Amino acid sequence: MNNKINFSKFFKAANIFSFISVIVSILFLFFKGLNYGVDFKGGTLLEIRIDNKNIQIQDIRASLNIPELGDVNVKQFGEEGDFLIKFEKNANENKKFITDLKNSISKKISSAVNFRRVETVGPKVSSELLKQGITAIVLALGAMLFYIWIRFEWQFSLGAIVALIHDVVITLGIFSILSFEVNLSIVAAVLTIVGYSMNDTVVIFDRIRENLLKYSKLKTNEITDVSVNETLSRTIITSLTTLLALFSIFFLGGEILKGFSFAMILGVIIGTYSSIYVASPVLNYFNVTQKTLSKDDDL
Amino acid sequence: MLSFTKIKVLFIYLILVTTIFFASLNLKNNNLIDKKVNLGLDLQGGSYILLEIDTKPLISQKLQSKVIPLKKLLNINKINFKEFIISSENISLTIDQEKQKKFKNIFFKQQENVVNNFIPEYNKFELDLEFNQNKAIINFSNFGIVSLNNAALKQSIEIIRRRIDDVGTKEPTILQRGDKRILVELPGIDNPERIKELLGKTAQLTFRLVSKDDGFGSEKLILSENNEELTVNKRVVISGDNLIDAQPQFDNQSNQPMVRFTLDRLGAQKFGRITTENVGRRLAIVLDNSVISAPQIREAITGGTGTISGGFSFQESTDLALLLRSGALPAPINIVEERTVGPDLGKDSIDAGIFSLIVGFILVIIFMLIKYKIFGLVSNFSLIANLFMMLGILTILEATLTLPGIAGIILTVGMAVDSNVLIYERIKEELRTEKSIIHAFDTGYNKAKITVIDANVTTLIAAVILFVFGSGPVKGFAVTLGIGIVTTLFSAYFIARHLTSVIVLNDKNGKYFKL
Repeated sequence: MNNKINFSKFFKAANIFSFISVIVSILFLFFKGLNYGVDFKGGTLLEIRIDNKNIQIQDIRASLNIPELGDVNVKQFGEEGDFLIKFEKNANENKKFITDLKNSISKKISSAVNFRRVETVGPKVSSELLKQGITAIVLALGAMLFYIWIRFEWQFSLGAIVALIHDVVITLGIFSILSFEVNLSIVAAVLTIVGYSMNDTVVIFDRIRENLLKYSKLKTNEITDVSVNETLSRTIITSLTTLLALFSIFFLGGEILKGFSFAMILGVIIGTYSSIYVASPVLNYFNVTQKTLSKDDDL
Repeated sequence: MLSFTKIKVLFIYLILVTTIFFASLNLKNNNLIDKKVNLGLDLQGGSYILLEIDTKPLISQKLQSKVIPLKKLLNINKINFKEFIISSENISLTIDQEKQKKFKNIFFKQQENVVNNFIPEYNKFELDLEFNQNKAIINFSNFGIVSLNNAALKQSIEIIRRRIDDVGTKEPTILQRGDKRILVELPGIDNPERIKELLGKTAQLTFRLVSKDDGFGSEKLILSENNEELTVNKRVVISGDNLIDAQPQFDNQSNQPMVRFTLDRLGAQKFGRITTENVGRRLAIVLDNSVISAPQIREAITGGTGTISGGFSFQESTDLALLLRSGALPAPINIVEERTVGPDLGKDSIDAGIFSLIVGFILVIIFMLIKYKIFGLVSNFSLIANLFMMLGILTILEATLTLPGIAGIILTVGMAVDSNVLIYERIKEELRTEKSIIHAFDTGYNKAKITVIDANVTTLIAAVILFVFGSGPVKGFAVTLGIGIVTTLFSAYFIARHLTSVIVLNDKNGKYFKL
């Protein structure tokens, strides 16, 4: 493949696009916020299966008209007859609460109800989980920054971290815009995205470093262009195989993994884009040349 | 990079065969080596319950117990005090300033201190003493609270274990989490409600006399059978600590379920004396601040056994007996997090997970075959080896496989080919400038090595952080992702490279392959 694409020609436009996307994402995160699941907000989640398929979502909603539950949210979940119920109250105060609720629902809709999943998280634990999640992401970013810094130069490190923050912010921004639920598995997805995007960036950076040593006459943007082109087929193939696996989880892996795989799919696409259009331009802005590389870096 | 010594080749395939052997242990029950991948609660169904002990009442209770020894200590040492006030957090009293130093010395005496225990492991005292002019304030030191919490937590775990074992769940896990929490995992349980109810009860049992006048030293409690309000003496005749056994039974006459209890020697003596002295009065049987029953004492009970009946169902009498046998929790316990998955959802999740794994796997394999032909085959072989090795290592570690864990395996399948892709793409580039095919492969592998390692280390960092910070199912994801990286590196750099070298060395002119 001798695909010579002049990537650096699009850098400016891409950077403006990225910048706007990040700003929009931040605005959404700030004003609309994320739709936290019970993991982070506290409360109770029930997944139920009802044998009687004539039961509609509004019947269930009506059966849950109990003031003490707080804000109740019911939605269809996967197959017909499967529903997901969320409410603010957690079952801790009253130990028989779930049993009572079970009986109350089956009586009101006069059909057997199978409680397939119950998750209830108290306010203290949920705030701890949220704190833990944020710490984990920040720590992961810090660790990546450190790794690139010792393996490359600070300009590379900066480029990588800008790209990572770009990926995380936009992925979360899209979750905010679509009001998709953010729970523990989304944090796992975000961390994996961080790893994946970093992986992609490192491959290009490795090549840039190699080419900096090889071609001393080329300008920085020419070097990045050559490097991105040289690694392009790998970038595309790996993204494709990863996406194949992820789409398989998304469509066939069941409802519980939907959010996770969706976040990952977004992340892989954004991460691939950012390695080329966010991480590499940073090197151009800093005019990284052969001289930038310190002596211990020639491999 | 393409030359392999015979020993090395042997070693590589020995590792592969060993891991495949371990992976195969999951297929059937093997008595010789009992190793298997455990299924997480989200896959096999079961309950994850996080409990937190509420130590506030414990602190005030402990503080209360210090009152008498403290006053005694002050009197013996002729330290005058006024305004002795006890709250739920501290004791305050007024002492003349000239006596304060003396009090301080006595209060912080290391040996034979009946009030303020010295904790050797921390080299600190249980209580703190502070003076504010004439006022002395005594409260628990941080170390005192920690050691109090620790003791209560240890004891609670013991009691919870007894309760759960008594119910007869299979393979429960009961672990301490931090300094206030207990994690209980109950695999395969389909109705956790009963256990939750049993776990949540403090089960503080006391026998107390019902008094006629509601003066100081008595409190009003509700009789749960008929909501009658009773005035019950605060003084405890005997408590659950004196119980050595409790069993559910049926009353001979009324056929009502009840609980028969047996007291220890001391308890039996005390119970005999009180019932002899108070024939005709009512004795309240109080469980966690509610009166289960308050029968009249018809005759002295000196045998050390008795029954409690309170209009129970059989289930209730069984549970009460169980709670009494296992003993009272030192402090109230609350459920702060609970996750229960029914067995049928677990089964559905496994099915969906495995199905999507197979589909994802086949898609990737087809893609690689089309893209790289014979080397696609090599890469696919190493991908299959990779899967088996992952499963083998998970088995050796007896790791827990969760639904996100399966997702981690699928993701590894997608990302694992990356190493091979990186290498093959590199070789292709080398082939453009390099005449010798062998040389091109050699440098291709060599140059790609650093990139492959860099790329995988970054994902490994993410996996490690996830493992440290993740909980439950998410941890399972971190485990498979991390193991996947290691096996991926192994399969790309040893298995695939060896196979590639066999092909290349046998086909030096490149007749049969094209990248």
